[in-house]
Amino acid sequence: MRRATWWNWLLCAPALVVLVVAASGPLVIVAVYSFLSPGNLGGVEWTFTTEAWFRVFFSRDMFEPDIVTWNDAHLVIFWRSVWLSLQTTVICALLGFPTAWFIATRRPGNRTLWLFLVTIPFWTNLLIRTFAVQEMIRNNGIVNTLLLKAGIIEAPIQMLYTDFAVLLGMAYVFLPLMVLPLYAAMERMDFRLVEASYDLYASRWASLWHVILPSVRPGLIAGSILVFIPAIGAYVTPRVLGGGRTMMLGNLIALQFGQGRNWPLGAALSMLLLIVVVAALVIYLRAVGQDRGPRRG
Amino acid sequence: MKQTMGLALAAVLGTGAAAQAEGVLNLYNWGNYTSPELLEKFTAETGIKVTVTDYDSNDTALARIRQGGHGFDIVVPSDTYVPTYIAEGLVVPLDDAIVTDRDNILEQFRDVPFDPGREYSVPWQWGTTGVVVNTSVYNGDRNTADIVFKPPPELSGKINVIPEMSDVMAIAVYYHGGERCTDDPEILRAVRDTLMAAKPHWLALDYGTVDAYIAGDFAAGIYWNGASMRARLGNPDIAYGYPATGFPIWMDNAMVLADAPNPENAMRFINFILRPENAALISNFARYANGIEGSEQFMDEVMRDAPELTIPDELKDAGRWGVVCPQEVTDMHTQIWTELLQ
Repeated sequence: MRRATWWNWLLCAPALVVLVVAASGPLVIVAVYSFLSPGNLGGVEWTFTTEAWFRVFFSRDMFEPDIVTWNDAHLVIFWRSVWLSLQTTVICALLGFPTAWFIATRRPGNRTLWLFLVTIPFWTNLLIRTFAVQEMIRNNGIVNTLLLKAGIIEAPIQMLYTDFAVLLGMAYVFLPLMVLPLYAAMERMDFRLVEASYDLYASRWASLWHVILPSVRPGLIAGSILVFIPAIGAYVTPRVLGGGRTMMLGNLIALQFGQGRNWPLGAALSMLLLIVVVAALVIYLRAVGQDRGPRRG
Repeated sequence: MKQTMGLALAAVLGTGAAAQAEGVLNLYNWGNYTSPELLEKFTAETGIKVTVTDYDSNDTALARIRQGGHGFDIVVPSDTYVPTYIAEGLVVPLDDAIVTDRDNILEQFRDVPFDPGREYSVPWQWGTTGVVVNTSVYNGDRNTADIVFKPPPELSGKINVIPEMSDVMAIAVYYHGGERCTDDPEILRAVRDTLMAAKPHWLALDYGTVDAYIAGDFAAGIYWNGASMRARLGNPDIAYGYPATGFPIWMDNAMVLADAPNPENAMRFINFILRPENAALISNFARYANGIEGSEQFMDEVMRDAPELTIPDELKDAGRWGVVCPQEVTDMHTQIWTELLQ
């Protein structure tokens, strides 16, 4: 018995080493870099400083270096990223829920077809899909042309390069990540429970709220996490559809490693993103875990 | 059939042997920037096979070259990065015995601040960053940065600014009479205020926008001259302007790396692109001027007298070479830029 365990560990060792090194190695580098000084034209100088972390949160007035204030620009960008991700998650949930329900209530043979259709966007590169959205909503794009030809509008509506465009693009890109886990949860659901609730004179809303939602909650949680986390670091979609007028966290970090040439500040911002995501996850899982209450059924 | 196969095989082996004898050359250059015709001609002339690897920014290229073990022979950094390559010993001086045609470089580019005497580098292509405007929307003076900083009402909301912090900051600093890397708080404060006041008039800060200018989505902006020319070829109303208060000139330069596996082939290639008929191939492909005397006559007709490629005499002094600013100044620029895009 003991020998078998030892043997198992040995066999797992290569995979474990790769996992630990590949997962924590880059993270350690990023963490260390965030405490160094920027090098000449990128890179770092090996002198310890907390300047990068200071700059994440505070800014010295450019013209009066003694005046230190909160770094409003960073805070605004952070909040925008979080807010946009929350909106994206909610929109994906609102659209994904009926979609998943529709698929889960088809005949088993047809479900595969519908699921297949949901996964088709994954065949195409994210950047190309984003440009496709751009093509649809630009001033002389498909949507505006159709509306103009139909006489519904007089002049093209400026949709591209607005917050609406960013939200549309994000919801489109992340929707399948919500549908798939929701579907998985619904497929496992016992539909007799819904019939039972009707037998007990529950209204449609009551059935949805007290029977269906609690049953598919794990899927909803998984879907929300899968959407929220990549959304908060999204770089391509805000850049292409938002027209770069306002920055997201991803763009702010890229700026430090590129044109800003301040790798330590970029590293510190990346660490902060990581901390925010982990904190959001913990808070979210606690919240949904607490009101789960006694198991129904 | 068998015979043909045999011949084909012999041919393949033959060329293979020739290529091996003459060797290879590994070029590390910006993406979509190297004329395939140029490489074919070089191979036909010398038997040297050329491979090209792309990069998308000076920072990417420098980081990779610094790490070593890349196997590249030639790199093509922008003028602002050339001094760093030289100072860090990443490149070697050109071999006078092989690179004999440096006199073909236009006089104004022969003794440049970033490589005095052209000891290490030769021009690949050069260009300017200026303003672009659709003359059917606005037909006033276009040799001014006011077009984007204090736009006339008809341009408001139709402006696109390239998201290149250094180019935009340079034009704004010159606009307020500063030197490229000034740390004068009064000038930087004015720069910030100008940019913040201008931004509500901007529709976007985007790169790949030639089509959007042609289609009329954008009516003005800060743009590169070559891209502006491509837009004009699609829409004759598009015109390029040189801000009289100052605009950046940039040049990408071919250099031979210190750890090049094929330094001799690299030197031969450097001399090859100094010949006007070859330099013209570079320009015909990427649509920027090349800095080699007499290359115009070999260029495509649309490029020969293009206003985007020739700075008017009265504005020549307004063009300034870039410099890499000290990190404190770059940090201030980043701070303004972040505030602008918050």
